[in-house]
Amino acid sequence: MSAENFLSINWSIMTPEFIILGVAALLIVFDLFMPKTLGRTILGWIGIAAIFAALMSVASMAGGPAQSILSNTFRIDGFSIAFNMLLLLGAALVMFIAVSYEAKDGLEKYQGEFYYLFLIAVSGGMLMTSSGDLVTLYIGLELLSVTSYIMAGMRKDHVQSNESAMKYVINGGISTAIILFGMSYAYGLTGTTNLLDIAQKLSTLSDANQAYLLGLAFLMLLVGLSFKLAAAPFHMWAPDVYQGAPTPVTAFLGVVSKTAGFVIVIRILLTVFGAAVTNGPGSAPIIINMQNYLAVIAGATMMIGNVVALRQTDIKRMFAYSSIAHAGYLLVALTTLSANMFYSIWFYLLAYLFMNLGAFAIIQVVTEKAGSTKITEFAGLYRRSPVLAVSMGILLISLAGFPGTAGFIGKLNIFIGAFYGTSHYLLAAIMIATTVVSYFYYFGVMTQMFFRPVADKSKLDIPFGIVIVLLVAVAGSILFGVAPNIAFNFMQNNLDIIGQFFK
Amino acid sequence: MNLHSILSILVFSPLAGIVVLAFVPKQAEKICKLVGVLFTLPALFLSLAIYFHYLAGKNLADFSVTHSWIQFRGFNVQEPVFSVAYELGINGFQLLLVVLTAVVATLSAIGAVRFVKKEWKGYFMLFLLLETGMLGVFTAENLILFFIFFEVTLIPTFFLIGKWGYFEKEKAAFSFLLYNGFGSAILLIVIMILFAKTGTTNIEMLRKIVADPSDPISGSLKLGLLISLLIAFGVKLPIFPLHSWMLRVHVQAPPSVVMIHSGILLKIGAYGLIRFGMGIFPEQFKMLATLIAVLGVMNLLCGAFLAFIQTDFKMVLAYSSISHMGIVLMGMAAMNQTGVQGAIFQVISHGLISALLFFIVGVLYERTDTSFIENLGGLAKGMPLAAGFLLAAGMASLGLPGMSGFVSEFMAFMGLFKTLPWLAAVGTIGIIMTAAYVLRAVLGMTFGQAHREFTGVFDLKGVEFIPVLVLVLLIVLIGVFPSVLSSPLHSALETILVGLGG
Repeated sequence: MSAENFLSINWSIMTPEFIILGVAALLIVFDLFMPKTLGRTILGWIGIAAIFAALMSVASMAGGPAQSILSNTFRIDGFSIAFNMLLLLGAALVMFIAVSYEAKDGLEKYQGEFYYLFLIAVSGGMLMTSSGDLVTLYIGLELLSVTSYIMAGMRKDHVQSNESAMKYVINGGISTAIILFGMSYAYGLTGTTNLLDIAQKLSTLSDANQAYLLGLAFLMLLVGLSFKLAAAPFHMWAPDVYQGAPTPVTAFLGVVSKTAGFVIVIRILLTVFGAAVTNGPGSAPIIINMQNYLAVIAGATMMIGNVVALRQTDIKRMFAYSSIAHAGYLLVALTTLSANMFYSIWFYLLAYLFMNLGAFAIIQVVTEKAGSTKITEFAGLYRRSPVLAVSMGILLISLAGFPGTAGFIGKLNIFIGAFYGTSHYLLAAIMIATTVVSYFYYFGVMTQMFFRPVADKSKLDIPFGIVIVLLVAVAGSILFGVAPNIAFNFMQNNLDIIGQFFK
Repeated sequence: MNLHSILSILVFSPLAGIVVLAFVPKQAEKICKLVGVLFTLPALFLSLAIYFHYLAGKNLADFSVTHSWIQFRGFNVQEPVFSVAYELGINGFQLLLVVLTAVVATLSAIGAVRFVKKEWKGYFMLFLLLETGMLGVFTAENLILFFIFFEVTLIPTFFLIGKWGYFEKEKAAFSFLLYNGFGSAILLIVIMILFAKTGTTNIEMLRKIVADPSDPISGSLKLGLLISLLIAFGVKLPIFPLHSWMLRVHVQAPPSVVMIHSGILLKIGAYGLIRFGMGIFPEQFKMLATLIAVLGVMNLLCGAFLAFIQTDFKMVLAYSSISHMGIVLMGMAAMNQTGVQGAIFQVISHGLISALLFFIVGVLYERTDTSFIENLGGLAKGMPLAAGFLLAAGMASLGLPGMSGFVSEFMAFMGLFKTLPWLAAVGTIGIIMTAAYVLRAVLGMTFGQAHREFTGVFDLKGVEFIPVLVLVLLIVLIGVFPSVLSSPLHSALETILVGLGG
């Protein structure tokens, strides 16, 4: 590629990625040359600034036309802007949690490393969101996964943290391999890795044997991606990893990584298998034929997540199962494939981001002070710190999906989709029944916080970063619960997701 | 004042109390109590103002308010946007329930001044939130808004039971949450199916769409939806096999919360069945009328028989509530003017009577630390005033003529005798049983053998007279002048009965 060609590429649409990667590189250098005696928290704050700059940059692209560079491998469309905003917002909040995290168990020496690995992971997620090609998707996924493996094990003197990293590497590696295998079918049948080209070639497919092969590819990808989403029955790694990883990493895995997981699921499954037909042009696309498999996974995920969460005594494990359950709700939206699918998934992930990150911030404060992650550590929290207890209460109510909170509107969206057009009664019934089951464990934490006597009377200090996270999380949960139109209007007016997704 | 904003102010005025309470220090017991009681008053005055406004011949439709609120986007351009409006309104039926709610809420707040012994600030904040939820439930004009307010009542009630209740309070709170969560989950499914199929949740619009022969919902789906509604509200009412949570709540919750719970919250079930079940699906309701009547008689009889063998007066009252809700179901199932009117009368009347009874139970428990009939024997000597009012409340409960219970039971039975005479005949056994268990319990306490000395025990005093007198007065007023209820109900009943084709 000549220099002229190189410069003629419209690099400006990659500004957000460049900001994150550039600052990550800077942090590496700073970390190397800063005297060992200096605290590394400042690097975290620089990271936060970078994330905000990237967020601004992404937001400024909203409303524009779909653009792509590098032979369509990297694209900016309504979908990528919408989900990049979620990723960056989530990342910023996780970073606030991270700078408030008191490093111990061997993490002290690697605190600087932690911040820039984190930025690299975020850039991986962003790359996935904006990619229009199987190869870039895969690179983004690996960038995100590999950094996550390292971060999960960063408490080097902590047995559980090491165990968690080990499990994560093995499970993650296997699932990535399966994904790659699935992708290879799509490439093999079409001779291209570009998503839209694949879609176009497959839209005229009329050979039943090829459709059969694609069906296999679909299942392969579904299995691999289900690992990433921690959807049942491939969820077993999640509780162990969530429990062992340092709390900011848990928050990252639970929210940012999961958002990225849904991004790749939507990109691949919808573009490739939404276009691939089963029997000549105009026949039903493969994804409709495979809807039942999605439905089974969604149903099983909701049931297993919610029921097993009932039996947890560890707050982080409980939240791991809770996040499995929420992945199940999101899969319902994906399964029903209704016209409002993009919006309902986006809105649900936004609500999920607020309520989960807020909850993890509080979990970090409480469990770090107590030195244990038992749910009973929340006993009498209302006496020790009414602010934390009431915030946690609001976030739990949002997680349980009660009205007045963003969680409720998110579920409402999914429900409309489930009954609109073809009605998915069974799936909706499972979703609502398991939601009721979830009241039990969410309100179990409430019982601890509000009803039980306090064991440790000492006051809790709330670090500045946590205060910010809580303000944003609680305000967001209530604001988007009372006036969800703010988000809907923004989406409607600025982001043409459906119009640009398939072009 | 702009008439359109009155309902919003009415519904959300208790929230102002929460804001004020947030600035009151925790230890300031008196201020907390004062603020808590004071902020139930705006809703009370406004609801009474609307009532008298109506009596003066004005139109209740003047009060309705509509703002656009949520638009669920993302469907194709040519298809309608799914929108949910913020719309409050009031008709005669709703008006009565709003007044009932405001009255009982104020009286319960006064009760709480006596009965709540700790953390008044938290108590009153939750209590005021609960009041907003209840007022919203009865004024919401679309199903989503109704559902939102319905769920808003769940959370404060959970905490009020779980924190301020008696020995097994947490168990009671959880069983309340799960049963009601289950009920509202079914309700949500019904609402969302209606929403997705018709594109609206406005109750009036739904009534019209469903009545239209070309409506998009099949007959069997409608029947399914109505059965789901019956289960959803049946948990709340409660209908017989779904009642066990309600016993626990009645026994374990603090008396001031039970006043609300038994007086208002259970009534949401009846309100929902009449307004949505009967209002939106009249055809299907006809098909289920016999079943509902059978359920009603079952409630009446089982409740009455079980009340007869209880030793704890609270349990007697809990079963008596179930039994009285049976009469509501029977009145509804009659599907004629007299029957439905009787059902609504019973809703109001039982709301007042059970609030009164539970207030007295609260007073007795506060003085004697017991609510067992045997331990309270000889009450007439120790606490003559309380015993007297207890007797009056008991008489109202068993349906003594001249009190509200009689009017409502009489009408409900008369209605049912017109359509299903054999069931109504079986039901009359329940009336006899009611007299039996009420007299057994009340007389056992007032005139029964004294097992303890009532020395050092106060009788009713001070603010405690307000709830007792107000409630007795209202009960007698309805008993003597039933038109205070029937005149506002007239036009609301017409609308429902037109749907029923009668």
